Amino acid sequence: MSDKRLTFKKRLHILKHHYRDKKMAPAFNAIHTFLFSPDDTTHSGAHVRGADDLKRTMNMVIMALIPVLLFSMFNAGYQYYAAIDAANNVPRELSVWGNFLTWDNFWIGIIKVLPLVVVSYGVGLLVEFIFAVIKGHEVEEGYLVTGMLVPLIVPIDTPLWMLAVAVIFGVVIGKEVFGGTGMNILNPALTIRAFLFFAYPTWMSGDKVWVYQAVERTGTADAISGETVLGALAQNNLAELNYSISDMFFGFIPGSVGETSTFLILLGGLFLIFSKIASWRIMLSAVIGSLVMGYIFNLVVDFGIISEASNFYGLMSFEYWKHLLVGGLAFGIVYMATDPVTGSQTNKGKWIYGFLIGFMSVMIRVFNPAYPEGVFLAILLMNVFAPTIDHYVVKANINKRLKRFKNATILPKDSDGKAEELKAETV
Amino acid sequence: MSKDIRIRKGLNINLVGAAEQTTAKAVLSNVYAIHLEDFHGITPKMLVKQGAEVKAGEPLFYNKANEVMLFVSPVSGELVEIERGARRKILSLKILADKTQAIVEHGTFDAGKASSAEVKAHLLKTGCWPFIKQRPYDIIANPDANPKSIFISGYTTAPLAADSDYVLKGKEKELQAAITALGKLTPGKVHVSVGASSNSPLAGLNGIELHKVSGPHPAGLVGTQINKLDPINKGEVVWTVSPQDLVMIGELLLTGKFNAERIVALGGSSVKSPKYYTTKIGAEISTFLYSSGVNNDNFRVINGDVLTGAKSKPDGHLGYYNNTVTAIPEGDDYEMFGWALPVFNKVSTTRALTFSWLNPKKKYDLNTNTNGEHRAFVVTGQYEEVFPLDIFPMQLLKACMIKDLDEMEQLGLYEVAPEDFALTEFICISKQPHQKIIREGLDLLYKEIG
Repeated sequence: MSDKRLTFKKRLHILKHHYRDKKMAPAFNAIHTFLFSPDDTTHSGAHVRGADDLKRTMNMVIMALIPVLLFSMFNAGYQYYAAIDAANNVPRELSVWGNFLTWDNFWIGIIKVLPLVVVSYGVGLLVEFIFAVIKGHEVEEGYLVTGMLVPLIVPIDTPLWMLAVAVIFGVVIGKEVFGGTGMNILNPALTIRAFLFFAYPTWMSGDKVWVYQAVERTGTADAISGETVLGALAQNNLAELNYSISDMFFGFIPGSVGETSTFLILLGGLFLIFSKIASWRIMLSAVIGSLVMGYIFNLVVDFGIISEASNFYGLMSFEYWKHLLVGGLAFGIVYMATDPVTGSQTNKGKWIYGFLIGFMSVMIRVFNPAYPEGVFLAILLMNVFAPTIDHYVVKANINKRLKRFKNATILPKDSDGKAEELKAETV
Repeated sequence: MSKDIRIRKGLNINLVGAAEQTTAKAVLSNVYAIHLEDFHGITPKMLVKQGAEVKAGEPLFYNKANEVMLFVSPVSGELVEIERGARRKILSLKILADKTQAIVEHGTFDAGKASSAEVKAHLLKTGCWPFIKQRPYDIIANPDANPKSIFISGYTTAPLAADSDYVLKGKEKELQAAITALGKLTPGKVHVSVGASSNSPLAGLNGIELHKVSGPHPAGLVGTQINKLDPINKGEVVWTVSPQDLVMIGELLLTGKFNAERIVALGGSSVKSPKYYTTKIGAEISTFLYSSGVNNDNFRVINGDVLTGAKSKPDGHLGYYNNTVTAIPEGDDYEMFGWALPVFNKVSTTRALTFSWLNPKKKYDLNTNTNGEHRAFVVTGQYEEVFPLDIFPMQLLKACMIKDLDEMEQLGLYEVAPEDFALTEFICISKQPHQKIIREGLDLLYKEIG
């Protein structure tokens, strides 16, 4: 057994040297380092290194997303059958073992959600490999997370070709033109989502796209509803809201593929915080930010500043903490806002960055007339502002150093007092 | 009033193979070598020719930029080889030691009665000056500078490094003589730090500002202490001396002889019985490495500790400033699914299926594997957890990488040395060469501004 593995390892080692300095080297190395962590030893600086690398880090995020993916595969079917029952006026009570964790539900997930995952990874990694080979750098791990996020933030009926086009756009324009993982300004997954939203708006918004086949069945005798909680609120259809708080919390509601289960997202977030992969500062401050904005809207309603006739009444009167249970807010906070590359990089900056994401998300959600969701726009907006936030945080440190410098009595460099001149020049 | 330092940010890397506190005498080395890379930024001008006989303490070469700065031979013997590299750059000098050692006599020197200029001249003449280093730039001190203070750290926190308390035992007289001399060189204070619960002979000296330091590595690094006590501003200079070099300075002042002898900690998991050895600067490492025995063939010898030392070989030579030699296994092997499987035998600051957080006292047998490939900076906020200086580490590294002099200056490059970035380099998920980046940044800044 061990002999066989040794030969496999040896064979790959020989192949690695065969591919060295060849065009296909990055592609081979990507597969090789996936199977075996490399035999590289330290050459400069510290002779020993910590256990973590980027693959391990990215893998943690994927692990945190797997429960969400599995849930979404069941929920895709569950929402479909629930909508049919609702259209036929068949009363239905949710029972997890009875009508949620069923093969029928999961089958819808397999035929609808799995292809999204396959296309997202297949197309995205292909683009990554091509760029790595052309530019001669290693295939970087960033897309492993992006590729998992993308299928979870699109509507279930998104055509696969559309997803493929968006992935190519997102990876090339959102990331590779900047130089690859670590260099991008905007979160690639959200760039893909934004591309879909602006290029194919009819497929991305409205009250039909969130449940499998709801669009196809529109206008037929079998029409079903696919409206999200936020959609209903935006149209002031408060009466149609028949989801309980636990439905919303555990995720038995329509929505983008993976965004619905706040419970599993919360578990994923706690896992990421515990494993120290994602920033708790961003998550916490984003939650606070969204609660603050939601509460302000509640106060606006409470003080009677807007009436029930107002377009915004439905969303503004929605209790502030419930914003975290519906739509993509929780998903965005845990998995998207915490992207270290596009987010704030300083600890103080993370507080501001996170808070503003939460704050803006709820604000855009309420005021966006076309589409009652704002988290992806809020995060993209803050991605743009993150370097500015960091600039001011770092500037504070620079100013502190400058102030110390001004207050210091600098000793003359020699005995002729050159240093005083130098100080006068600099200040 | 002394100010104590307590560090919370940092990381103690506990390794297998700490040197046992017993000292053996190393076998005498036949050949001694001086590596020029130990003196960063110095262009040597030879004073003796190949084949010449030199005494211990006799100057071998001087600093081209400052010809009063002499570098002396650790032993008496014949200069058998001047190893040169590209463009005839001198790499190392090898001296075949005599059976009976002849030593240059300088006569005793009472620093207490001497002036600052006299102390300087004496240290320069006797070859003790290179033991004094300066910040900014982490190079040998410029004798013309006027340092605002001098820092000496007697607290050891680096993994497997020689314990200062142990190697300084009984050296109070030498230490005091050296401190008295150093005190003349600065109008400011001589800051000396010791561990919070140590019985270091440094603690009882006169003419110092004593600080008790506690906390994980890098609490013992002089850069951390400078940053906490008296941070360096632009235009200011701080000098640093390692405590064992202080002993050599002190001995020279007291006896008039340059004694290159020092106690070296030999540690690391590849060493069978790690302990301390008395040997001399430049001695061949094999003279004590094989006395302790090695566990396997595939190991790396490091001149210094595992975080900041230089790669060497068993037939390499003890560095000019080192009092630690470490031997650890080479990690030149693949690991199947090494990135995905849980890790129990490596150190990590995260909990990403790495379990070193479960037992912070456990000792690890780390090898030289990088545990991953080089990547762009991705993860943020991790360096800050082990970096106690009031500096933004990633921003400073990036400023050095893009060679932005203004930013390097503003973000505090004057305050740091490469060794301050050893821990961030250790935990770096992107496996970036932090110490190299900082070294190159310092060199650039020195060239353009210094």
